[in-house]
Amino acid sequence: MTETLERTLPERELERVTIRFAGDSGDGMQLTGSQFTRTAAVFGNDISTLPDFPAEIRAPAGSLPGVSGFQLSFSSTDIHTPGDAPDVLVAMNPAALKSNLVDLPPGGALIVNEDAFTPQNLTKVGYTANPLTDGSLKAWNVIAVPISTMNARSAEGLELTNKQVDLTKNFFALGLMFWLYERDLEPTLAWIDEKFGKRPVIAEGNARALKAGYNYGETTEVFHERFIVPPAKLAPGRYRNLTGNEAAAMGFVAAAQLAKRTLFYGSYPITPASDILHQLAGYKNFGVVTFQAEDEIAAIGAAIGASYGGSLGMTGTSGPGIALKSEALGLAIMVELPLVVIDVQRAGPSTGMPTKNEQADLLQVMFGRNSDSPVAIVAPATPGECFYMAIEAWRIALKYMTPVVYLSDAFVATGAEPWPVPRIADLPDISVSNRTEREGFFPYLRDPDTLARPWAVPGTPGLEHRIGGLEKADVTGNVSYDPDNHHLMQTLRRDKIAGIADDIPPLEVHGPSEGDLLILGWGSTYGAIRSAVERLQAAGKSVAHAHLRHLNPFPANTGDVVRAYKRVLIPEVNLGQLLMLIRSRYLVDAVGFNRVRGKPFRIAEIEAEAERLLAERNGTR
Amino acid sequence: MTETNGDVALSPENAATLEGLKALPVLTRKDFVSDQEVRWCPGCGDYSILAQTQKVMPDFGYPKENIVFISGIGCSGRLPYYMNTYGFHTIHGRAPTIATGLKASRPDLMVWVITGDGDALSIGGNHLLHAMRRNVDIRVVMFNNRIYGLTKGQASPTSEFGKVTKSSPYGTIDYPVSPLAVALAAEASFIARSVDTHTEHLQRTLERAGAHKGSTFVEVLQNCNIFNDGAYKEFTDREVRDDRMLVLEAGEPMIFGKDRDRGLRLNGHKPEVVTIGENGITEADILVHDPTDPLIAYMLATIYWPEFPVPVGVIRDISRPTLDAMIAAQLEQAVAARGKGDLQKLLDSGETWTVE
Repeated sequence: MTETLERTLPERELERVTIRFAGDSGDGMQLTGSQFTRTAAVFGNDISTLPDFPAEIRAPAGSLPGVSGFQLSFSSTDIHTPGDAPDVLVAMNPAALKSNLVDLPPGGALIVNEDAFTPQNLTKVGYTANPLTDGSLKAWNVIAVPISTMNARSAEGLELTNKQVDLTKNFFALGLMFWLYERDLEPTLAWIDEKFGKRPVIAEGNARALKAGYNYGETTEVFHERFIVPPAKLAPGRYRNLTGNEAAAMGFVAAAQLAKRTLFYGSYPITPASDILHQLAGYKNFGVVTFQAEDEIAAIGAAIGASYGGSLGMTGTSGPGIALKSEALGLAIMVELPLVVIDVQRAGPSTGMPTKNEQADLLQVMFGRNSDSPVAIVAPATPGECFYMAIEAWRIALKYMTPVVYLSDAFVATGAEPWPVPRIADLPDISVSNRTEREGFFPYLRDPDTLARPWAVPGTPGLEHRIGGLEKADVTGNVSYDPDNHHLMQTLRRDKIAGIADDIPPLEVHGPSEGDLLILGWGSTYGAIRSAVERLQAAGKSVAHAHLRHLNPFPANTGDVVRAYKRVLIPEVNLGQLLMLIRSRYLVDAVGFNRVRGKPFRIAEIEAEAERLLAERNGTR
Repeated sequence: MTETNGDVALSPENAATLEGLKALPVLTRKDFVSDQEVRWCPGCGDYSILAQTQKVMPDFGYPKENIVFISGIGCSGRLPYYMNTYGFHTIHGRAPTIATGLKASRPDLMVWVITGDGDALSIGGNHLLHAMRRNVDIRVVMFNNRIYGLTKGQASPTSEFGKVTKSSPYGTIDYPVSPLAVALAAEASFIARSVDTHTEHLQRTLERAGAHKGSTFVEVLQNCNIFNDGAYKEFTDREVRDDRMLVLEAGEPMIFGKDRDRGLRLNGHKPEVVTIGENGITEADILVHDPTDPLIAYMLATIYWPEFPVPVGVIRDISRPTLDAMIAAQLEQAVAARGKGDLQKLLDSGETWTVE
């Protein structure tokens, strides 16, 4: 189809659009979604994404467990979430339709690959009749496109197998969406070139699929209008699009440079943390050493060994891996070495739902070890913030000679947003010195301000000493079973972590500094809470938002903040973990809003819960 | 053998002075003795291992600040406290992991791992396997007393079948594992065995282990006089040891016996004990030890008293690139291929756009 028909369609300007691509996990939905995201980001929209995929790499084709989805929201205004519900659902087969339709509001656009609605595929997911023809989709704006057929036609003449051609049909769908939202094909064509450059036939097949989809929109009359989402008014500067895990990996490389030390990353593959290992393994020219260990315990053990030797020893995992690392983390607490432990949380308990989101490891990293064994905990709120919290984790670990847990989650780690690229010169110096002075050296003689012990690394003449997991005598660090010494050391370890509160930014409040309701959150709930609060404020409600990035210790003003409102609402993707900490620590009657469905919060549900609380307050219960 | 072997005629005062002058210090055993009181049970085989370890330390040419002892949990785990080097008493079974991270990031250090049969082969079996197969340049010295001593007498993975212990009042029903065969299966590049009471042999074995580059595993047969006394006396006692143990030397025939008249030969692929001078057997029939031969190594790792003499000495010694060397090589390659990493460029990379 080379001839382009000139059609003049009405164009409608929209502030924000949310699209969900859904298909088989082998259909390339993650790729399709991320290509649309890149194009929207480069165009200047604000974006937010939510990849949603099964743990099975290739569940049986056409089955419900095999459905993979990618939701993205792009906007001409500042947005914080990938959208509560899609405006457009692209469903590549009946399974994708069946498992995603529930989220598409009535009136929403439903673009389906009608070729995939074969009797066999319909039966496989329990449809007794074809929903495209039985009238059951009347509530939606259904656009049935013979994607497979049209796509196969575009590949005619290329030396590709039927299977290879079928693998390009996601680009047909992508091309169609690019046409609908008036997007440039160039970034994706360039990507295809780069990705498949060595296999020109494959590259050509994908490029043709993309263009065919675009031209299909242009030449057929299934669409009656096109949509424009103008660029967002982001702050001036240079931007790039990145996920939380990518930001974290770069943040850790930056931390090593700012600390003037080698980064050593010991890790064992686990979803959704593996991407950090992959990313860091590619940074060898930065001097980054990555070590894929035999298990989670060896990964943290090697990291502790590296820190003992003066490197930035770091390990990364998800909740089940944290459970395995607990004993070694206790060792790092006892020997007071700097260490960063990344926990990219996922839904649990046990193996749980490995690719799904949850923030339920807070109490595990806070308390999940024998005895009183405090560690510092930081948690990024957005993908871009992962970069800065990576540096912050290392700043604290080095300055206080302590393990720090960097608590991220599947949503913040795999979600993407535009990120203003920082200048290195603006980043903090987090370097600390090794102890070299022999005079007055004792392994556990602490800095009076930070309570940190000296970092005396092997190879330093005259400072030979022994450390270990047995209780240490204050100052000398020799093994001690003295009762009073143990009490002293326990309180010192506690006070060292507690003292960090004076060295972190105060808890900031968005909105009135006192009033009817404070919504307090942590981690990846940031976007949904902030959006809900903005809506409530716009409706004239006395509501504020505060978001904790430091979970241990809390910022020094946290008690004052939570006590300044009549009600405190804590939404969490767990059954009330921050809630428990806040209530016990500050004796405020905070209430939780807890939903654990493996998915992030929707804005509307937080808004509704806040309104319910405000109404209770006004006696309209 | 005497207790003075390996000592050098230089007083500690002189050594300290030399060190102060930043001359190349000549170290003696005393330089490696820490100020901590040794707390093993009197009569424990660990005393001898500690003494031989301290004794061989000056031989390797490392300044003592560049030597690190890392241990796990068990009686053996206390050893680092008694060495006046850097030391790290870690957690049960995990010493090889900490040693791996340290050596991978600090190739300049000489790293020793001190462990026991429970620590290395039970709770830490996985880590031993992987440290060995990666050829991490660490020296693992495993004290094998065939019992859990620190927890007061439970069966260990090397306890003989049917052993009655506190945890196995009716006798163990677990087959014991051969530490050397495990190390061999894991492809350790140096494997040896010695005995706590054979101080001269132990010293020589530790010297060779220290000189090896790569994953090194030394099993030391060690007596626990409290919970497993006489564990090895049947073949290690002075009166019988020459007849019941086979002292290996590379390139030498496997001859043993008080009268040096017995030897090991292969009959097909099966080892057998023969007497030189009987049935026309001459020294030429005796198997010559080759520490680079995997089949010989496996045979030596699995034969045991009473069917065979117990082999001691270096069973395997091969050379291959170490983990730390390969890490360094990959870092260099990456820099050569892509230039030294520029952080600002990295941040600015990918698709970026500018908002005016």
